[in-house]
Amino acid sequence: MTFRKYLVLAGVAVFAVTGDSLVSRGMKQVGGISLHDLAGIVLVVFRPEVALGVLFLLAFLGCYLAALSWADLTYVLPTTSVSFILLTLVAKFILHENVSLARWLGVLMISLGVGFVTQGPALTAQPRRRESHERVTAPISARTEP
Amino acid sequence: MKQQLYAWGAVACIVLASTTGDVLLSRTMKQVGDVGELRRRSGLAHVISRILSNPNFVIGIMAMATAFYAMLFGLSWGDVSLVIPAATSLTFVTNAVAAKFFLHERVDHRRWLAAVLVAGGVMLLAQ
Repeated sequence: MTFRKYLVLAGVAVFAVTGDSLVSRGMKQVGGISLHDLAGIVLVVFRPEVALGVLFLLAFLGCYLAALSWADLTYVLPTTSVSFILLTLVAKFILHENVSLARWLGVLMISLGVGFVTQGPALTAQPRRRESHERVTAPISARTEP
Repeated sequence: MKQQLYAWGAVACIVLASTTGDVLLSRTMKQVGDVGELRRRSGLAHVISRILSNPNFVIGIMAMATAFYAMLFGLSWGDVSLVIPAATSLTFVTNAVAAKFFLHERVDHRRWLAAVLVAGGVMLLAQ
């Protein structure tokens, strides 16, 4: 794992949190959506906050795909859950919210989970390549890297 | 009561759709190869076209979009503090199971423990 790769993982976490928060804020302003209002369901993504949130989620997707190209799904998901820890720290030290003991316990559990996973290798699966696609001829260093 | 049932239905849809999406996207990217090296060798346009032309990617994105809209519905029926943490934490566990069986990842005790700890932690954060 190189510094660049850790940066990509950090990008996954930060962009996901920002995108989700913006979409959530936008949806709160809309209120309840009815199943019968199909146009409303589609048009909701054009609201400014939801739209900006979607842009951040696209940036998240870029980093996420890059990470999945050199690491397992069961490595990427737990490691990028540091976003939940960041959110709690922001809530406590920047927004000065009251963070309950249960939430600190949650932060501790996630930290332990991230710690466990990052001690192991990033990539364990060696899937068969599809014949119809151009093969990657050169060996990929990340595949053997711990 | 009915709203609650709808909210849990939405949670089930989010978990199923996002697990399907995650597995398909992961499979796509393993088939494409390390994007950093591929970009240096053949350029960004080549990387993007390789990803976009992979059928798994298209189906994966459709699954992700389904999960996204299920989340929007879920949020309009249920409390944000129920829908998001329940769906997020369950997805960590279902993804570990799916990654083992469909992606053949070596999900050892360390990774199981991580999935369960993160899932539990996410639930606690919603308290």
